[in-house]
Amino acid sequence: MVVKKEMIAMLLAGGQGSRLGVLTTHMAKPAVPFGGKYRIIDFPLSNCINSGIDTVGVLTQYQPLKLNTHIGIGTPWDLDRNMGGVRVLPPFERNVNSEWYTGTANAILQNIEYMESYNPDYVLILSGDHIYKMDYEVMLDFHKQNEADVTIAAMPVPIEEAKRFGIVITDDNRRITEFEEKPEHPRSNLASMGIYIFTWKALKEALMANEDQSNLDFGKHVIPYLHDKQQRMFAYEYNGYWKDVGTLNSYWEANMELIDIIPEFNLYEEYWRIYTKSITLPPQYIAPGSVVEKSIIGSGTTIYGKVYNSVIGCDVVIGEGTEVHDSIIMNDTKIGKNCKLEKAIIAEDAVIGDMVKMGVGEEAENEDFPNIYNHSLVTIAENTVIPSELSIGKNTVMSGTFTLDEFQDGILPSGKSFIKGGDR
Amino acid sequence: MRAIGIILAGGNNHRMKELTRKRAIAAMPVAGAYRSIDFALSNMTNSHIQKVAVFTQFNARSLNEHLSSSKWWDFGRKQGGLYVFTPTVTAENNSWYRGTADAIYQNLSFLKNSHEPYVVIASGDGVYKMDYNKVIEYHIEKKADITVVCKDINDDDVERFGVLKMNEESRVEDFEEKPVVARTNTVSCGIYVIRRRQLIELIEKSAEEERFDFVRDILIRYKSLKRIYGYKIKEYWSNISTVSDYFKTNMDFLNKDVNDYFFRTYPDVYSKVEDLPPAKYNVGATVSNALISSGCILNGTVEDSVLFRKVFVGNNSYIKNSIILNDVYIGDNAHIENCIVESRGTIRANAYYKGEGGIQVVVAEGERYIM
Repeated sequence: MVVKKEMIAMLLAGGQGSRLGVLTTHMAKPAVPFGGKYRIIDFPLSNCINSGIDTVGVLTQYQPLKLNTHIGIGTPWDLDRNMGGVRVLPPFERNVNSEWYTGTANAILQNIEYMESYNPDYVLILSGDHIYKMDYEVMLDFHKQNEADVTIAAMPVPIEEAKRFGIVITDDNRRITEFEEKPEHPRSNLASMGIYIFTWKALKEALMANEDQSNLDFGKHVIPYLHDKQQRMFAYEYNGYWKDVGTLNSYWEANMELIDIIPEFNLYEEYWRIYTKSITLPPQYIAPGSVVEKSIIGSGTTIYGKVYNSVIGCDVVIGEGTEVHDSIIMNDTKIGKNCKLEKAIIAEDAVIGDMVKMGVGEEAENEDFPNIYNHSLVTIAENTVIPSELSIGKNTVMSGTFTLDEFQDGILPSGKSFIKGGDR
Repeated sequence: MRAIGIILAGGNNHRMKELTRKRAIAAMPVAGAYRSIDFALSNMTNSHIQKVAVFTQFNARSLNEHLSSSKWWDFGRKQGGLYVFTPTVTAENNSWYRGTADAIYQNLSFLKNSHEPYVVIASGDGVYKMDYNKVIEYHIEKKADITVVCKDINDDDVERFGVLKMNEESRVEDFEEKPVVARTNTVSCGIYVIRRRQLIELIEKSAEEERFDFVRDILIRYKSLKRIYGYKIKEYWSNISTVSDYFKTNMDFLNKDVNDYFFRTYPDVYSKVEDLPPAKYNVGATVSNALISSGCILNGTVEDSVLFRKVFVGNNSYIKNSIILNDVYIGDNAHIENCIVESRGTIRANAYYKGEGGIQVVVAEGERYIM
């Protein structure tokens, strides 16, 4: 039997995404819910199938259960194929030198056999933590036109932000002349998006040559190696919507951008649909006396209260008299009556009692993890139980099952973290 | 696997007016996200009946599209599956299905090639949840030849149904199809259990005598000869056969008890999954007592209504006591009251539709300028 795929995709989905705090305690970042019914990985997976790529290896490592359950055999993305399709690729034990995936390129290196089995001409490397729509086929055409060894997707960013990214410097033909990782004084504003097309021979050679490099990484090792060898490297400029949802605040912002009248990132376009695993759910029910304004709401949800500027998932219940502002509420969470929620991110399956207040009180920096919990957000982990009448301040995080007597005056002040079971 | 299933989905009904111009009743959208046949199909799969035949004939395109994959109901296994039978011309036969019994007769090999002892026959236009195994157990216990599921209704229009009269032992003594004056208020739900061999025998005999209707030519004709029993249900059951039934059935889902019974009580009802984004409420959207399905974008007011998938409601539009089917575009400042708006319709800005003294069916096939 001869197997041949022109291009296969390798999707790096093993990272924790620690700056998403308790959202990634029990799931890898690509499995984090987004936009009312999706998970972050739906975007690259849908891009693949919409670009005509039907063979995708998903590399998992950190907390893979949710991700594996979500991907299954790939049915939602039409990636359940006789030949190809989606394959989840965890690290595995070998005769000698077994190791975890120690870096982005190391993970790919450990799956050379998988890639070789499809006899590809090109390999597309993706990461599972960005929200965007992109036609990889157009990028491949660009790659072929230039007879490139590697093409890096890059987008213009404001020059003052350029130092946060890997920056590519190109000549007039878009050939990359230099590559700088997080430069102090950027000489270009073209930022690498972490999306690469490699000509398979060049990739394989580079991986084998750097086999012994510890924590083998594309940005740090593979790309510089190819650059030193004067291989043909090109930058494919992308100008659409692309959002990194690596921090709680950028995650919150990206969700909020969906509720604009005509959002920059439009889920309602006929062309280029985003697919996700979904079960049959009844329509949502909006009760008399409720208000829903500038929000998106998932199927099966019941709303008795008032919802403003929020993204609400599927099968959520929002009780009578409750007001929700500028919040993200994920699937299956139940919120009681007469609560007032302000800038809350509540993960799946949480239970919030009655008369709970979130996002109240003075502004105060989070005492334990100021780099994670900021921008006045209240973050509630999945399966958390919040007792009735609790008031929760800003820049707070809660995870676990709580009772009111655990709190002085029924208040969790701003800046406090209350995480049970050693979760972080 | 004790039983195979047959779903009769071939029918049409002129009392559905314009609504069945596009589709068979079995394909009528129900409760925002479902089609009427989903209820029978889900009941089959939830009752572990894995081999199901659907007989279609009238205007089957929409239904066939809905059934294009059987995976949504978890059929399509190595054992069993979903079989869609439309009339075909064969050496022996070149006519359409001349009735429900004829439909079964023309596909008798499906019955003959099966090995399961029982057959559950259901119709594609009932909205209900049922464990057919309970009916089969009852059927066995009563040593019945045919068991008919039935229900007492308080409706004035008992005469639209098949009406049964049972004795104390629940044996059917009398069965009248759409009687002029009904003698009881017990109506047949169109769900039957019968032994497979018995069914083959009865169907073959009817075909010999050029009789084609299951109710008239088998149930009624054999009512004294065969042991026919009634299995009475108390749970929700509704049959879609007129515009007002259809309207009422959909509106029933605004009732929390009905909604919870169908969608929040085990087992689930399944349907074809559409990959649509969540519903979106823009500034100016005011919604009260309404079911809103995925893919909707709302800018106006919606009260006491059911909106199916992908409905767009323009600014300042007012929708009251209405059912808006899939993919309808409603322009700005439109007024829709007491209406059923047919799917894929385009209601222009400033349009005014109000059903007076009843429900108006609105078919608005127009060019769609904006999207």
